[in-house]
Amino acid sequence: MLRFTDEHEWLRLDGDVATVGITAHAAEQLGDLVFVELPKVGARLTKGEAAAVVESVKAASDVYAPLSGEVTEVNEAAVGDPASVGADPQGAGWLYRLKLDDPSAMDALMDEAAYAEFAK
Amino acid sequence: MSLQAAGALSPAAPTPSDPLAQTPLHALHLRLGAKMVPFAGYAMPLQYAAGLLKEHLHTRAAAGVFDVSHMGQIALIPRSGDGAEAARALEALVPIDILGLGVGRQRYGFLTDGAGGILDDLMVARLPDRLHVVVNAANKATDLARIRAHLPDSLDVTLVPDALIALQGPKAADVLARLAPETAMMRFMDVRAVDILGAPCLVSRSGYTGEDGFEIAVPAARAEAVAEALLAAPEVMPVGLGARDSLRLEAGLPLHGSDIDAATSPIEASLAWAISPARRRGGAREGGFPGAEKILAEMEAGPVRRRVGLRPEGRAPVRAGAPLFAAENGGGAVGRVTSGGFGPSLGAPVAMGFLPTALAAPGTRVFADVRGQRLPLVVSPLPFVPAGFKRG
Repeated sequence: MLRFTDEHEWLRLDGDVATVGITAHAAEQLGDLVFVELPKVGARLTKGEAAAVVESVKAASDVYAPLSGEVTEVNEAAVGDPASVGADPQGAGWLYRLKLDDPSAMDALMDEAAYAEFAK
Repeated sequence: MSLQAAGALSPAAPTPSDPLAQTPLHALHLRLGAKMVPFAGYAMPLQYAAGLLKEHLHTRAAAGVFDVSHMGQIALIPRSGDGAEAARALEALVPIDILGLGVGRQRYGFLTDGAGGILDDLMVARLPDRLHVVVNAANKATDLARIRAHLPDSLDVTLVPDALIALQGPKAADVLARLAPETAMMRFMDVRAVDILGAPCLVSRSGYTGEDGFEIAVPAARAEAVAEALLAAPEVMPVGLGARDSLRLEAGLPLHGSDIDAATSPIEASLAWAISPARRRGGAREGGFPGAEKILAEMEAGPVRRRVGLRPEGRAPVRAGAPLFAAENGGGAVGRVTSGGFGPSLGAPVAMGFLPTALAAPGTRVFADVRGQRLPLVVSPLPFVPAGFKRG
């Protein structure tokens, strides 16, 4: 299941673990990324709190936790090569994986068509 | 995440209800696929299709064309026709030697206030019958009012409606010489009237990137033709305000409204070099500008704080507004970052800020608060990248 937030993050659910990243629309708006900071594996995230940071040459942007849960894995390759996030934000440029407290909370988020409309 | 910051650049835009002004190159920007953002009341290109990083690196490697028509160009024309009259008059507002500036030469300076603060920084060019002053976009109305209020009625002070196009980079001279061969002879800070494609232009060999290059004032109606001719050169790429900011930061050049302002003296701002010997203590025309007493005393005694270059030790950019600390733990803030970001030519973050003089020596390690963590930075000489000016 692929869902999107109004804060321009995407989540792909596999079991009860969601992979999280920034949307292609967000990546395009941000421009060339030069720095990525990710949460620590094992960190507890509460929906809405700053979980990661992506920075372009000109600005830093917080990436908020789209739902609550525990971080199970982070994309170290994105930290080493921030440009990879901009190049493939919804694929190889994923940021972290989150074991959701309540996987059914995904249902309240936007599907791809709704997000495409939202991001217009 | 919030995408509000994605297009952000200081100075902040006016409220969205204010209509944005357009430069004479507006239609060209749209054709080139620019991402337009509000800046100092204008719709300006933040970046083009290539993106900020490529635009920055291309300017350092070859040449970039920038629309800087939002900047203020002010002509000071004495009715007597005697250029020296304008030079003498403007010296009452700036701490630089304008009388001693040769015709066809330009000098960097600033408008100071009675408390010794920097109201704006500017370039003054001396022409046979006038001065041509270039000021920051955000300050042009207040600068114009101040110059008009303080200068004698025997001078006409007017805003020049020309477009202003910057051509910057190591290939800039080759490119411009193809359109105007006489520009090849110009040295850094030379200014001359030049015909480009039949348009009467005022060209100065200067810029805001740390590279060799030119700023070209073009009558608005011919601006697009001149810009397109420059862009047609294989070495040239259009470059937006985003890369203009990262280029000037690497070059160690302050931005008024961010690094310097009315609460900053030129001495604190590490701009004492720009105060001409003739206007210093013991000079031929010592003082005689607003705040002279304070500025000249500070020049002798040394400032309490200084603008310095800062290189973060890690990879995280340290942005404007980050407080600076002397130690990794404890203690109050001792200074502040005023500009900061990523330096594409260095492949590393760079910043500028103010520190107490005792902490301002190159090599000193300080700390910046970034998202609740104190990150180490090293005070570094400016510029971060060597200047490419053609001084010879």
